[in-house]
Amino acid sequence: MDKFRMIFQFFQSNQESFMNGICGIMALASTQMYSAFDFNCPCLPHYNLAYGLGILLVPPFILFLLGFVLNNNISMLAEEWRRPQGQRGKDPAVLRYMFCSMAQRAMIAPAVWLSVTLLDGKCITCAFCTSVPVETLGNASHPRLSQGEVQRVLARIPCKEIYNGQQLIANEVAVRYLRCISQALGWCFVLLMTTLAFLVRSLRPCFSQAAFLKSRYWSHYIDIERKLFDETCTEHARSFAKVCIQQFFEGMSTDLVAARCHLPRKAPADAGEAAEKLLGITDQGTMNMALKSWHRCKPPLHLHPPAQPTGNGWAGEGQPPTHPSAPRKETAAYYSWV
Amino acid sequence: MDRFRMIFQYFQSNSESVMNGICGLLALASVKMYTSLDFSCPCLPQYNMAYGLGIMFVPPIILFLCGLILNRQSLVMLEEWRRPPGHRKKDLAVIRYMCSSIMQRAMVAPVVWIVVTLLDGKCLICAFSGSVDPQKFVGFANVSTEQVQQLLAKVPCKDDELMRNNTSRKAVSRYLRCWSQALGWSILLILIIAAFLARWLRPCFNQATLLQARHWSNYIDIEQKIFEETCCEHSRLFAHKCILHFFESMQKEIKLHSFSLPREGEGAEGGEGLLQVVTDQGQVNKLLKTWYYEKPPLDVS
Repeated sequence: MDKFRMIFQFFQSNQESFMNGICGIMALASTQMYSAFDFNCPCLPHYNLAYGLGILLVPPFILFLLGFVLNNNISMLAEEWRRPQGQRGKDPAVLRYMFCSMAQRAMIAPAVWLSVTLLDGKCITCAFCTSVPVETLGNASHPRLSQGEVQRVLARIPCKEIYNGQQLIANEVAVRYLRCISQALGWCFVLLMTTLAFLVRSLRPCFSQAAFLKSRYWSHYIDIERKLFDETCTEHARSFAKVCIQQFFEGMSTDLVAARCHLPRKAPADAGEAAEKLLGITDQGTMNMALKSWHRCKPPLHLHPPAQPTGNGWAGEGQPPTHPSAPRKETAAYYSWV
Repeated sequence: MDRFRMIFQYFQSNSESVMNGICGLLALASVKMYTSLDFSCPCLPQYNMAYGLGIMFVPPIILFLCGLILNRQSLVMLEEWRRPPGHRKKDLAVIRYMCSSIMQRAMVAPVVWIVVTLLDGKCLICAFSGSVDPQKFVGFANVSTEQVQQLLAKVPCKDDELMRNNTSRKAVSRYLRCWSQALGWSILLILIIAAFLARWLRPCFNQATLLQARHWSNYIDIEQKIFEETCCEHSRLFAHKCILHFFESMQKEIKLHSFSLPREGEGAEGGEGLLQVVTDQGQVNKLLKTWYYEKPPLDVS
């Protein structure tokens, strides 16, 4: 009973808390990635925008896809979506529920990257430094430069060491301005995301709560059913392999008995557990031959029915008649859990 | 019986202590966020006020919403509020109790942010440096009106070339910081007194109603959890039966099509009988293919 409770708690809590854990780890990983990343603005007129926006938008996209890849349920969703109808109808509400919950979790790491990037300010400073309003912030009485020159000077704002436009507009002023805009954007983005999450979570009970409970139940059911089926198949494969190997060894030992007639005969009454486990192989040479045969010529994936009492040519002399039922006895004991 | 009591105690204490834990974590997270935030005042006349007040009020709203989202009980309360009455009447006192306890917990992190911001002072200096009276400070007293606005706006930026060695800048900064810290400590004092009074005076009013409301709100929470667990247990049993039925039907099908089988396996349980029937690669492949192409119906009667 205790084991039962433990198992079903494992099944219930495992999937959701596992997914939440992966989600949290990815969010942490994205902040680590950002702090470890060496941001290097090119400080050239058209490259700045491309670089800044690229760093702002490409990693979130990668993190989003990674969130889907790392989610085990994606294959479950794909399978449920593509399977033929068969005897069981498909419920689109369940598919929608599964997709939504996966998408929500996958969106957290990209949102964290975007927030951290905007709040830090380097990307926006790099991308938009050529659009700083020089008339309001800078020195209006500076001798006129051509448009291209001005762009080139402004593009060097993020690179303090090579900045040569101090008379046009002070470097700190421009950086402070851009960073202020970037942080404002960052906080607005975080506020928007949090408000959306809050609305999604709190409006749901107001609409279609019963349909939601249904979809959630059946999506858990599909997951549990898949796991149980895999377990049952594994159990079957185990027993299959066991019987197959036993039959292989039996085949080997009867071959050996036929080939070498001077093997000491063990009376069936004295057989006992240990001799049974030895599977008729009792010396180094025989063992080596068995191993070589296992490698060179694996037995077919076909279990023989238990040997008939009437026997064929080779089943003759030393074979105890109780031997064929031994595999079945072992598998019977094996299956009591399922 | 013992196990039952253990489960019940676990559930009851668990939800409250989990909520308190989340509340504490959010408060710590808000302090950490503030210290890791790179506060950089724009030092421009109109932008200062917007930036300073923005940093002071937008994160608390975000933290409040996070506190509501992360609290499981808010969902339970909403469901209880929106459900149709059915056979069970709705008790508004319970819903009010749940709502107030959720709000109280969600307000802790925003208040911590605001208090930390005020005690630190940078936000207020940034927001209100342009609003001080320049006549009070020697360095700004004799400057023209437009110039003074520009200069005052630059007060929060210590490293600006105009402000680097300006003693009046330090005076303005100290003045604003003093106001900021006074405000911060006053708010903290008022809130603690309010919390103290609320906790002490509570038993004087409606104690019986309060006990009832608290009991039933715990009950609703536990009932929800147990319902979800029972559904999971049921779906596990359902899946088990469904798979067994599937394997039995596969056994029958294979037995119909192949004749070289031992007859003794007839009454065998699920997997054991299966091994006597599914004995080669082709049959295993057929079983797996049938599982994919024709899942059994959801009916275990």
